[in-house]
Amino acid sequence: MGLKRNVGLVTGLRYQGKGPMLTFVLHRIGGLGIVIFVATHILASFLGGPAGVFVNTIYQHWAFQIVVFFCALFHAINGLRIVILDLWPKLIEHQREAIWMEWGIFFPIYTIAVIVILRTALGG
Amino acid sequence: MTEKSRTVSLTKRGFNFDTFMWAFVRLSALAMYLCAFIGLGGALIMGARTQMNLADIMRWMFMPNPNHVLNTNIPDIAPWTTVFWKIMGSAIVLFATSHGLYGLLSVLEDYLTEPRLRRAMRILFVLLTAVMMAIGVYIMWTS
Ligand code: HEM
Ligand code: HEM
Repeated sequence: MGLKRNVGLVTGLRYQGKGPMLTFVLHRIGGLGIVIFVATHILASFLGGPAGVFVNTIYQHWAFQIVVFFCALFHAINGLRIVILDLWPKLIEHQREAIWMEWGIFFPIYTIAVIVILRTALGG
Repeated sequence: MTEKSRTVSLTKRGFNFDTFMWAFVRLSALAMYLCAFIGLGGALIMGARTQMNLADIMRWMFMPNPNHVLNTNIPDIAPWTTVFWKIMGSAIVLFATSHGLYGLLSVLEDYLTEPRLRRAMRILFVLLTAVMMAIGVYIMWTS
């Protein structure tokens, strides 16, 4: 018995979940991004050789680091919000405020990190 | 008029693999925060005299393994090859693989519903997790 769904993919994509939906999507992308990054990273340093060097040059590129850092930071901050709201369900009432707080924490840290990454990469 | 309870007692709710993993994902997330803060503390002590840069601090923070900071300007890595940091590194490996691969499994199961495929994916998940954990912990204790 497979699961019966009453919503198709196209309808699903039209769901307007606003802020909370956005965090769900970004959390998912972030989590998958870290899994893929860590898996290829470990394989690369395990294998070494030309393939390993190739992967490492990609990882050291500033554009790649900006993306990975977005994934990791967002996943970590949003993950903490999920854990807190899940373990104290009463707080769910304040989910929207919690999400705004999250962005308030995320943006300054991410901006500083991007500046540092770009300065090291482009300015030397 | 009595209101119908919206909660179910824990014994009636039942307890299976997914309930366990739901709790585990949250607890492992907290545990990784703890590990990262301990790693951050180590990295700050490690780089205090050498102006260690942000990227290198983060390298130690997420993977406190001497090999992970090889090409940095730490004068002497020997004091950091202790059993304590091997245990910290192993803890991160164990939490990250189980949390991350179960996350991958739950994303796949959101889109793939064929029961036989799901069973195959679950078996693959258990095997993959065991193998990745073994490789990770092996690296921690042999490097
Ligand atoms: C942007 C961040 C990162 C950079 C720049 C980086 C860089 C490196 C480098 C250069 C090596 C090779 C070390 C050597 O053998 O000389 C390495 C190895 C490794 N990294 Fe990373 N890494 C990063 C993030 C991570 C993360 C987040 C994890 C795990 C959660 C991780 C896990 C590992 C492991 C397990 C090895 C193999 C260590 C060994 O062979 O002993 N790294 N990394
Ligand atoms: C401090 C670090 C972390 C925190 C606080 C955290 C938190 C969380 C939480 C609470 C969830 C459950 C989301 C849900 O059920 O809707 C989750 C899912 C997930 N995590 Fe993490 N996590 C962390 C690190 C990691 C790492 C290192 C990886 C990869 C190795 C990872 C990969 C994933 C994946 C793939 C999912 C599934 C995403 C989904 O179901 O949409 N996470 N994380």
